[in-house]
Amino acid sequence: MPAARELKRFTRLASGVLVVAGLAALVPVQNRIDAENGMYGPIADVLYMPSGGLLGRLSLGNEGLLSAIYWTRAVQYFGSRSLAKQARFELLAPLLRITTELDPHLLIAYRFGAIFLTEKPPEGAGQPEAALDLIRHGIVNNPDYWRFWQDLGFIYYWNLKDYRRAAQAYLIGSRQPGGLFFMKAMAAKILAQGGDPATSYEIWMQLYRQAENEQLRRNAEIHLTAIQATIAMKQLNDLLGRFQEASGHPAKSFEELVAAGWLRGLPFDPSGVPYRIGADGKVALGPKSKVLLYLLE
Amino acid sequence: MARIWSITWHTFKEAARDRVLYNLIVFALLMIGASILFGQISVGIEGIILVDLGLSSIAVFGLLMAILIGIGLVSKEIERRTIFNLLSKPVHRFEFILGKYFGLLVTLAVNTGVMAAGFYLALFYQKRSLGPEDLLPLGAIYFILLQFALVVAWALFFSCLSTPVLSAVFTFSIYVAGHFLSDLRFFGQETHSRLVSGVTTLLYYLLPNFADFDVITRTAHGDKISGLLFTANSLYALLYVTVLISAAVLVFEEKEFR
Amino acid sequence: MPAIETIDLTKDYAVGFWRKRPKRVLEHLNLEVAAGEVFGLLGPNGAGKSTTLKLILRLIFPTSGAVRIFGSDWRDVSLRARIGFLPENPSFYDNLSAEEFLNYAGSLFRLAAAERRRRAGKLLEQVGLAEVGDIPVRRYSKGMVQRLGLAQALINDPELVILDEPMSGLDPLGRREVRDLILDLKAQKRTVLFSTHILSDAETLCDRVAILHRGRLQGLGEIGEILAVGVASTEIVLEAPPPGVLDSLALAGVPAVRTGERVRLSVQDEVEVERVLEIAVREKVKVVSITPVRMTLEDYFMEKVEKGQPVREKFDRQALSRKG
Repeated sequence: MPAARELKRFTRLASGVLVVAGLAALVPVQNRIDAENGMYGPIADVLYMPSGGLLGRLSLGNEGLLSAIYWTRAVQYFGSRSLAKQARFELLAPLLRITTELDPHLLIAYRFGAIFLTEKPPEGAGQPEAALDLIRHGIVNNPDYWRFWQDLGFIYYWNLKDYRRAAQAYLIGSRQPGGLFFMKAMAAKILAQGGDPATSYEIWMQLYRQAENEQLRRNAEIHLTAIQATIAMKQLNDLLGRFQEASGHPAKSFEELVAAGWLRGLPFDPSGVPYRIGADGKVALGPKSKVLLYLLE
Repeated sequence: MARIWSITWHTFKEAARDRVLYNLIVFALLMIGASILFGQISVGIEGIILVDLGLSSIAVFGLLMAILIGIGLVSKEIERRTIFNLLSKPVHRFEFILGKYFGLLVTLAVNTGVMAAGFYLALFYQKRSLGPEDLLPLGAIYFILLQFALVVAWALFFSCLSTPVLSAVFTFSIYVAGHFLSDLRFFGQETHSRLVSGVTTLLYYLLPNFADFDVITRTAHGDKISGLLFTANSLYALLYVTVLISAAVLVFEEKEFR
Repeated sequence: MPAIETIDLTKDYAVGFWRKRPKRVLEHLNLEVAAGEVFGLLGPNGAGKSTTLKLILRLIFPTSGAVRIFGSDWRDVSLRARIGFLPENPSFYDNLSAEEFLNYAGSLFRLAAAERRRRAGKLLEQVGLAEVGDIPVRRYSKGMVQRLGLAQALINDPELVILDEPMSGLDPLGRREVRDLILDLKAQKRTVLFSTHILSDAETLCDRVAILHRGRLQGLGEIGEILAVGVASTEIVLEAPPPGVLDSLALAGVPAVRTGERVRLSVQDEVEVERVLEIAVREKVKVVSITPVRMTLEDYFMEKVEKGQPVREKFDRQALSRKG
């Protein structure tokens, strides 16, 4: 009876179509769900942060894997929130703590934590104390890793502005086996010119060169451009001052200076946007500039 | 149609009388009762703990039920040969699959209903009166049910391919893996290899994203779940279940019963 | 129109872990079961009896060949409304009672609720489960399960009843009941096809039998025909024949077995029977009995089975029997 055969063929065809169509339709639905949950992935703000020790025991020998998962969660958490320009990063410190408790030798977690915990919102969590805590644990668990002293120095230097302790950290770091020479030089420089843009530039340059992932590198880069711009702007302000003394009136624009032979060409900021002279007669960034000066406040 | 309904009804009857399920429900209710105690030990978070722990108990025990029932779905029937009695009658194979799935979904729904009733009883006991904000956990329970629908569909699918024990193992593994899909995709993207990244993205969409349905924490905090999320997740579950059942039908049509 | 017609039915299974080789379990089976007859499918375990029945019911699919049931293509699912099936060692849902299961089975045939109840009640009576109809099946003994199996095979009042080893695991009383039931079915003009490896059952019940061995049809025929293949031999028992008689008998080439006072002679030929009797009468020897020995189904079976084996397999069997 053909009917029976046809029903079977129809069933087969219908099922096949449903499988393929269903799978395809899942994609936009999933994307909509992801968008609605607002994150790179649905990272629920957990209610209770378990201790790394407990989690480690529960993981039945898979601490490394669990640590890697928490590490990615930490990075995603941070990344998605800065993308969304959110100012609260409460879970960053606990996430990093759990990560490093599960795997005390996951060096990048400490370094990442140091930088992003220290930075002020919205770039970071603005919790330098938490950052110190993290790095200290890093040193305890990895006494051979001298770069943690560098990170410690960075935290003291950048947000806490405690130049004495910063220099001390760099010095201790330079004395560790494997410690590079620049650490000592840094220590000296900080003592002498702490807070000086040139010093800050060097510190961030070290971080830029040693950055172990994209986020760290990006972060260092925007700081470097900001510092570069500050230095350039200081020089330009000095120039404007001398121009005013020489000509008796403040310059209205940089074209004036070029025409008067004080500058060879129009000055551009590190993001390629020309500087302008503000209403107060001082150098300011062009409206389209990508430089983030507020980082340095 | 009538046959599918008959299979659904009798599957429900058979499953609902399963001793093991009763035990699981009792445990779940005990857990919910215990969460009231936990709340009294700490300060200020009784409400949160009850909702969190209570809903988690429903989710966990329900998952166990879903997997256990799921084993019975097809692979136990094949192993015990009870399936011969059905397929030798004028029943289409796809009717069997559909009837089984709905029967077990109904069983899960009823069991979840019982656990939910226990939950609300506990909530009432603790708060002495219920307000509109107490409807929120219902939303979470709905999402938990959506998860179950997916789990049972996976159990059904694996059942058509494999032994009862292996089906249970596979189903559980898929459930666990389905919670880490965004991590998987992120890993893939970080490797900067187009091939790996492509594969992990493919897996992200292909494997069931159980994490979508995790709203227990939000609910415990008192956050509302948007209407869009309700719709989108319901649609996701519906689509995925359709895919799995269709795949199961495809496999089952060709299956031989020695 | 025959109830069942198998046309060149062949089934291969893929055997082996990595490289699947096909193993033929049924080979070009051509069989017809006439409407209203009781047809027995005989053969040792592994002969392909169950395979044949499952192919007819579409529980498994043929590698090649086809089946017609009541003249229609067997792929038509609706045909099964006219068939009742009892699987080998049947099994039912633990938590449902016999009544509930029969109700379930009936519902699959789209019987109305009242009708289902009526039939269920009657069938439970018929198979002797009326007292325990409301108890969950998990408490049933094997015999009770088998009886429920028969009941559910009949819930739809089928024209064709297919039973896979219906007597298996039953005590003699149970087997007798099943036999009676099959005879009832036959009286009701239904067609019955059943498989068994117990030859005596087939002998008493079947109009015709087919003998399967290693997937091949070795013999097919009416029981009557087979049994009447002839008197294989005649057994004559003599009481205390004096030695002289035995000698003359031995001369006649008749084999004799002495058991105490009696001598049992196995006489091949009608003519020889006359001669023995002649001698016995002449010598005044008492004849205790004269019994024609017909070829039993067993003999027929063994002959067919022996014949059916290709030389190579015979060799292997000898090797196996040496292994002990």
